[in-house]
Amino acid sequence: MTDSGVPAHAQQPDGRAAAGLASGGTHPGAPLSGAAPPAAPAAQPVRAGASGQVIGWLLLLPAMVLLVMFTHWPALATAWHSLFSTPKGARPARFVGLENYQLMLEDDVFWQALWNNLWFALGTIPTSIAIALAMALWVNGRLAGRGFLRMAYFTPTVLPMIAVANIWLFFYTPQYGLLEQITGALGFPSHNWLGDRGTVLGATMVVAIWKEAGFFMIFYLAALQQISPTLAEAAALEGASRWQYFRRVLFPLLMPTTLFVLINALINSVRMVDHIFVMTRGGPDNASALLLYYIYQVGFSFWDSAYAAALTVVVLAILGVTAFVKFRVLDRRTHYQ
Amino acid sequence: MIRRTLLQAIAAGALAAALPAAHAQKPVELSFYYPVAVGGPVTKTIDQMAADFEKENPDIRIKPVYAGTYQESIVKVLTAFKSGQPPHLAVLLSTDMFTLIDEGAIVPIDGLASSAEDKQWLGGFFDSFMMNSRTGGKTWGVPFQRSTIVLYWNKELFKEAGLDPDKGPATWDEMVEFAKKLTKTDASGKVTQWGVKIPSSGFPYWLFQGLTTPNGALLMNEAGNETWFDKPEVVEALQYWVDLSAKHKVMPGGVIEWGTTPKDFFERTAAMVWTTTGNLTNIRTNAGFPFGVAMLPAKKQRGSPTGGGNFYVFEKSSDEEKQAALKFIKWATAPERAAQWSIATGYVAVTPAAWDTPAMKKYVEEVPQATVARDQLEFSVAELSTHENQRVTKALNDGLQAALTGSKAPEAAMKDAQREADRILRNYR
Repeated sequence: MTDSGVPAHAQQPDGRAAAGLASGGTHPGAPLSGAAPPAAPAAQPVRAGASGQVIGWLLLLPAMVLLVMFTHWPALATAWHSLFSTPKGARPARFVGLENYQLMLEDDVFWQALWNNLWFALGTIPTSIAIALAMALWVNGRLAGRGFLRMAYFTPTVLPMIAVANIWLFFYTPQYGLLEQITGALGFPSHNWLGDRGTVLGATMVVAIWKEAGFFMIFYLAALQQISPTLAEAAALEGASRWQYFRRVLFPLLMPTTLFVLINALINSVRMVDHIFVMTRGGPDNASALLLYYIYQVGFSFWDSAYAAALTVVVLAILGVTAFVKFRVLDRRTHYQ
Repeated sequence: MIRRTLLQAIAAGALAAALPAAHAQKPVELSFYYPVAVGGPVTKTIDQMAADFEKENPDIRIKPVYAGTYQESIVKVLTAFKSGQPPHLAVLLSTDMFTLIDEGAIVPIDGLASSAEDKQWLGGFFDSFMMNSRTGGKTWGVPFQRSTIVLYWNKELFKEAGLDPDKGPATWDEMVEFAKKLTKTDASGKVTQWGVKIPSSGFPYWLFQGLTTPNGALLMNEAGNETWFDKPEVVEALQYWVDLSAKHKVMPGGVIEWGTTPKDFFERTAAMVWTTTGNLTNIRTNAGFPFGVAMLPAKKQRGSPTGGGNFYVFEKSSDEEKQAALKFIKWATAPERAAQWSIATGYVAVTPAAWDTPAMKKYVEEVPQATVARDQLEFSVAELSTHENQRVTKALNDGLQAALTGSKAPEAAMKDAQREADRILRNYR
């Protein structure tokens, strides 16, 4: 596995909302292939002329059909549907313009979910990247039981999120949950982690970090193993401390991976809501409602597909803008080997 | 002459043989979506039911499709309906009725059940189960797997606290009084055993109805376009719920998880819990102590909401298929079947006749607690169900959780919930 792979999630057609979101991720992911051995220069057409062009398009066709069908078309259809009312029984959909978006401005739950998601992203992204990097540096070294340690770190990634959430539900259970047993032994008072508006979002963040740090570690590990040991030797000869070596040599070389992981973490912070279903269902009083969960609720509990489409478009726009800014700012500072 | 009769006999015989054969060649195929919401081998029981039915009715084929939880099932059914191929029949929440009607997805049952015998069958269910199956003078669903809320108590802990182990709390005041005696704290002031737990995650509105009903308040009208969340009785009921933790300190603060409540009971960290009758089999298997089951405590009267799933018959199928679907529903809710289903799952058998079957009588002898739910039906009301059901329920759920977590006062929370419900329902008045 190298960091040049196509993000795995882009291949999963998990519903319209996710497919729409994935389109925000697939594209930004593409330039990252630069992290791999430099891509071959644009293929010189063997035969100039129309037949060569036809062959070129034919070769592109299978991938294009899939991309258009499962990524671009759903995104466009979502935007189109968001301008109509939801058809119901005998009442067909009618054009309502931007009414759904206007509704969103007055929708307190939407704003709450948006803020929650922002905090969720701020809470999970830097932490999980830092932990992933630390774990990768740790298991990259020569130490006994290295394989076992790597596996242990990677295990949470392999488990299905629903199963994970069910386990964590009992970790957080007041009184006899694992967490309570530990804090109780240390003499702290009992706390209802998932039942308190103040702690519920933090509690779900911990689960997300635990789940995805191991996944990001794999990318860092792969990148670390491609870095030539001569660099470390040269740094040692120059008398650089370990921190200097990390700060000035290793981290800059890992920048393409960091960028890739950053984009993935951002997408995950919007995409990963499975544990919300199991652990809190957005409660108490929307304190843990995230955007995608709210979209699901509007779409499949309230059956208001038009409003759900409008919400999806907004999420898509936010993700698109963020990815754009990231590439603009970070790509300049990223050193590709 | 002889030859002629012989020929005739052969012809008649062949004809007679051919007729059922022709029938058997073209059985009516019905797809049947069902959810699983309680523990136990429900899938196996349903498959067995379908097989038994086919044996008695060779001209009908039932294809049971396990569709996930209740929520997943209605998503699948409505998606299938919108793509033009709904199942012929399905078991979905009784509260989904208005949603299904608004989508134009289901047909009224009394339109299909037209014979006198059919009418008698439809009149044979417990009336409190029918409240969630009727609106606008029509019957849209047939009760199948239905439940109510009951109170489970730990007899050992009652004895330890000096209470009569054979008597559950009968009134609101008694529940607080018992719970105070049952709440234990250790030397550091940490509570090790709570008096009572009423779960409030996921669908707190349902458990809340266990408080509003005894206080004499209904939450909505039969037409499903009006709610009464800010009535004084409703606010009073919420105040009582909030006070259990805020004032009396006999219930943990914040939102209590529904899923772990039975476990809290097994672990003896809660002496009394409120949960569905559907958990009876679960608690019987896992509680390592004698326990009692009581009706929910009374304020002005007894009361609880009903819950659970109904059979629905879907549009876009032929008359023949609809009649076949009705035949299966009638068969599945016949007294012996209803008794068998109740014993296998813990749901309340849906007709009084089912309780008179020998199998049920034997079960009641072994598990006398099972009758509590039945006896409570007399005081039960319909589960909250309106047009735009999930949206309206969410408005109430949010208000309840806001009050229970202390971020809003009960009255303000219920006013907000009512305002939101009014906004959602204005198009249906």
